[in-house]
Amino acid sequence: MSNAVSALQGATSEGFATITEAGLRGMITLRGDLSSAKLKKAVKSTAGVDVPAQRACNSAGDKAVAWMSPDELLVMVPYADVVDATTRIAKALEGEHALAVNVSDARAVFTIEGAGAREVLAKLSPVDLSREAFTTGMFRRTRLAQAAVAFWMRDETTFELVCFRSEAQYVFDVLSMSARTGSEVGFL
Amino acid sequence: MSTRLSTGGRLLNKAKQVSFQFNGKTMRGFEGDTLASALLANDQMLMGRSFKYHRPRGVVASGAEEPNGLVNLGKGGEFEPNARVTTTELFDGLTAESQNHWPSLEFDVGVVNNYASRFMPAGFYYKTFMAPAPAWKHVFEPFIRRAAGLGKAPKDRDADRYEHFYAFVDVLIVGGGIAGLQAAKAAGEAGAKVLLIEQTAHWGGRAPVDGVEIDGQPADAWINDAIQTLEKMDNVSLRIRTMGAGVYDHGYALAYERLTDHAPAQDAPRHRLWRIRAGQIITATGAIERPLAFAGNDIPGVMLASAVRDYATNWAVSPGDRTVVVTNNDDAYRTAINLKQAGLEIPAIIDARPQGGGALADEARALGIRVENGKAIAKVKGSKRVTGVEICAHAGEGNALEPIDCEAVAMSGGWSPVVHLWSHCGGKLVWDDAQAHFRPNPNAAPKDAQGEPFVITAGIANGAMDSTSALADADQAGKTAAKRTGHKPAKAAAPKANAQDEAPMLPVWKMPQGAGYKLRSKMWLDYQNDVKVSDVQLAAQEGYESVEHTKRYTTIGMATDQGKLSNINGLAILADSLNAPIPSVGTTTFRPPYTPISMGSIGGEARGDIFQPLNRTPLHAWGEENGAYWEPVGHWRRAYCYQRSGETVKQAVHREVKATRESLGLLDASTLGKIIVKGPDAGKFLDMMYTNMMSNLKPGKCRYGLMCTENGFLTDDGVVARIDDDTWLCHTTTGGASRIHGHMEEWLQTEWWDWKVYTVNATEQYGQIAVVGPNARKVLEKLGGMDLSKEALGFMEWKEGKIGDFDARVFRISFSGELSYEIAVPASQTRAFWDALHEAGAEFNATAYGTEALHILRAEKGFIMIGDETDGTIIPQDLGLNWALSKKKEDYLGKRAQERVHMTDPDRWQLVGLETVDGSTLPDGAYAVADGTNANGQRNTEGRVTSTYHSPTLGKGIAMGLIHNGPDRMGEVVDFPNLDGSIVQAKIVSAVFYDPEGEKQNV
Repeated sequence: MSNAVSALQGATSEGFATITEAGLRGMITLRGDLSSAKLKKAVKSTAGVDVPAQRACNSAGDKAVAWMSPDELLVMVPYADVVDATTRIAKALEGEHALAVNVSDARAVFTIEGAGAREVLAKLSPVDLSREAFTTGMFRRTRLAQAAVAFWMRDETTFELVCFRSEAQYVFDVLSMSARTGSEVGFL
Repeated sequence: MSTRLSTGGRLLNKAKQVSFQFNGKTMRGFEGDTLASALLANDQMLMGRSFKYHRPRGVVASGAEEPNGLVNLGKGGEFEPNARVTTTELFDGLTAESQNHWPSLEFDVGVVNNYASRFMPAGFYYKTFMAPAPAWKHVFEPFIRRAAGLGKAPKDRDADRYEHFYAFVDVLIVGGGIAGLQAAKAAGEAGAKVLLIEQTAHWGGRAPVDGVEIDGQPADAWINDAIQTLEKMDNVSLRIRTMGAGVYDHGYALAYERLTDHAPAQDAPRHRLWRIRAGQIITATGAIERPLAFAGNDIPGVMLASAVRDYATNWAVSPGDRTVVVTNNDDAYRTAINLKQAGLEIPAIIDARPQGGGALADEARALGIRVENGKAIAKVKGSKRVTGVEICAHAGEGNALEPIDCEAVAMSGGWSPVVHLWSHCGGKLVWDDAQAHFRPNPNAAPKDAQGEPFVITAGIANGAMDSTSALADADQAGKTAAKRTGHKPAKAAAPKANAQDEAPMLPVWKMPQGAGYKLRSKMWLDYQNDVKVSDVQLAAQEGYESVEHTKRYTTIGMATDQGKLSNINGLAILADSLNAPIPSVGTTTFRPPYTPISMGSIGGEARGDIFQPLNRTPLHAWGEENGAYWEPVGHWRRAYCYQRSGETVKQAVHREVKATRESLGLLDASTLGKIIVKGPDAGKFLDMMYTNMMSNLKPGKCRYGLMCTENGFLTDDGVVARIDDDTWLCHTTTGGASRIHGHMEEWLQTEWWDWKVYTVNATEQYGQIAVVGPNARKVLEKLGGMDLSKEALGFMEWKEGKIGDFDARVFRISFSGELSYEIAVPASQTRAFWDALHEAGAEFNATAYGTEALHILRAEKGFIMIGDETDGTIIPQDLGLNWALSKKKEDYLGKRAQERVHMTDPDRWQLVGLETVDGSTLPDGAYAVADGTNANGQRNTEGRVTSTYHSPTLGKGIAMGLIHNGPDRMGEVVDFPNLDGSIVQAKIVSAVFYDPEGEKQNV
């Protein structure tokens, strides 16, 4: 474990928003019946939050749970805890049809911070990122230019974004390009 | 000569002079000029040459509809051809060159086409290029290639950057004239989220030039107030230099923002393509003035009447001391009055209407201007610029009554609403007899998914030709749009303008109406493509009745301006020739974009390093540091080999193969797909997905499996490992990871939705390293950790544990025929693990090998490769893989298809090994030839090469191929012709060239 490194090892770039690769984060893909009491309990005891509604992300401190599809959640915990958390969830759901897989290393995590963060994403993703439409706690699986991503708002000026680890450099590069000073849109 | 007036120029900043170059000549203009106005101010009336006849061309319009004024703009990485001078804002240092001439604009050799014009009539290309066939290559094509294209293609890489922007609004309003502004106010006040866009750099459209007064104040003041009001609304956004380019289904629209065309030094994207979702779209796009068709109407100095007064009022440009105005409506009188008031001479207003004009005509007369009713221009005199006109009776055939000397002609054939955006997505048009134009049919608007209209047209674009009705119409449009998007419009009344009563216009499609052929063949309809009245008439005469056919036959409307000026005039001539009413002839299709947009804006950010996502394995950086010669595999880059200094690619590959066979090779296999399949029905599911049994695989064991499509063809292969009672791990090919995951999900979601199976694509969670060769076990034992002895981990088994410090899943599988461990470690640890293997393996000459060595190693063993031995038409039976087709199973995907007659045909080519007689390497993809020829006279074939390599291990060429009855023909020699016709002979052998007993992998 001491050898573990994230895809871009904390790379960062400054523009009219700041792009940072956020390092390793524990992530578990959990597929199952989202209405099951057992699953709800397992999620709550692992991440400290309830199963989120459609296109939402519930977070508390360094943990969060995001809605991925009608039968899939993304459970986020500190990286150091992810192996245990995956085992615990799998154990708690024994006897029920469900699948929990540690996908922490399959992903890269980015933060997009600053007043212009919405516009950085709105150049690349076909999502209504206006203040009235996209608010803290919302979650979107979409594309960022040509890469599959998901993002959500941590607070009014900070987005978090996950993508495939192999595409981390591309995602960092398009985000940095989008955030380049001088290309502010002034619409959102 | 055209020159700068001392007064006027509402858009100019006369305090700021700028200098620019045209055809190498330095000229001066002011900030606020367009390139067109600056050229005119410098007496540069001649701006280019037409496409077909190379006729001299000057600017005819003042806006986006301009067909003539096209230049090559900029240099090097900023070069752009076909830039319209009327929409190019002047900046200091601008360089432009005129187009389509040689050797110079003033003296052009191509103008000989002009004198040969009677040999190049409509349909010239179609008629001429029919026959004889060789003439195409040797005569016609070189000719067309020389003649084709106005601007030059850029030679350098585009130095600018571009981007997209996704916007979501209730109401998108296209056009920032007074109608667009009023619509924005009405919708904005109702609370709708509004985006108002204007293609030029200025708000208000033509109203200030036309002397409109609104609610008692001059248009300029009203426009300023409107902008201030709109800027205060949080729910309204305003964008200038942003053109509505296209309207598409579901309220989707494209807008094209030009950010730095006017200020290239700015560090910003050059263009931004707005991708807008709007609840409602209002097209307040105004109207375009139509030219009149009279002989010589293309001579530089003949301009639209509205353009002439735009140049005078907006940019203080005189088109010449004396301007003759020719018209069929009252609006053109404004030009005469405007110029007269600026101190210029109007020798005459030629009005085709026998009764003449209304109040504006009286005003002109009061200024002392001569007005000639019922008259026409018989012809324009001059060649590179107007020197005068001859007038005649409009009702006649064009016998000249009187010559009038002049430097410019201002013409107006009436106004056509800009219906392009309305029409893009299916909005229909109606013919308005009174105005002689098509306008949007309000009852046939583009419809959304619910069948409700989502486009509203407003103002002059809707045929509301005077300012008061335009404002009222736009106000209503804004309110309707707000209402349709769930807002409550205010009751406020629309502003009122100083409407002037105008006398009815008279449709005039050619001038004079009885003009003979000689005059008609000098009446230009399409200036850029040189289509004349006579050409359209010829097309009609030759049977081209459909307007779409006539368009293509004559090329009318097919130039870069897409017929903005020629469209209506052309189809009116066609209708007249066919003796049909204009509405029954109809218009050609309006397609986006409204005016051309840059290719860069369409590509957006996708260029250079971010042209496409590049998938990088955790070992990508190591490859870059160690001479990786990359090959693309899907979006991945995989190392084909790792070149050391002084090595060729071939030498590197051979070194890697040898090192692996003799001692220790290391392969980055991270890209292999890894799909986890779990659930009570997972075994049943995998038995359907694979041709062989997977349900009876024991936990801890691995099995090679084949996947077919439902049509029976091989689609993927890989090793499946059973993790526990209801969990399997399926390895796929590199290219198959996402595809096979999607394939599994599709079957689960659409066919077997009641089966309890979950899948997760965990491909990127792990880096995977193949540790291969006689010393593979030794290096792993050196790292320590789990027991990897033959007894602890047999061939085709897997195990989880620690190797050294690393979390590892070890699969004892071999794609090389050697002792081999494929080890998956979390992606975050892969690089460190790889480094550790190299360090520990140094004493064994640990050698990283790439995909080509991998291919050779597997080919030496006769292992197939999806994509080499398969191509979408190959079934497992073709490849001798019958052993992997379960006989026990009732069904699997592809089973039924494989029982069909064509699939069981014994004549299907079969996989065998091929060994050249002379030891050379067979050419890839070569066909084995058989005796005789087929029905098409082609040589018969009896097989083809699927994989071919030089085997460094065996020191000779080896190959696999599909051969007719191959397995029954062992030892026979077949012929493979090279491309040069020489023959390579190869013996049919077993495909397993190396270690046929499999002793080396099972130690």
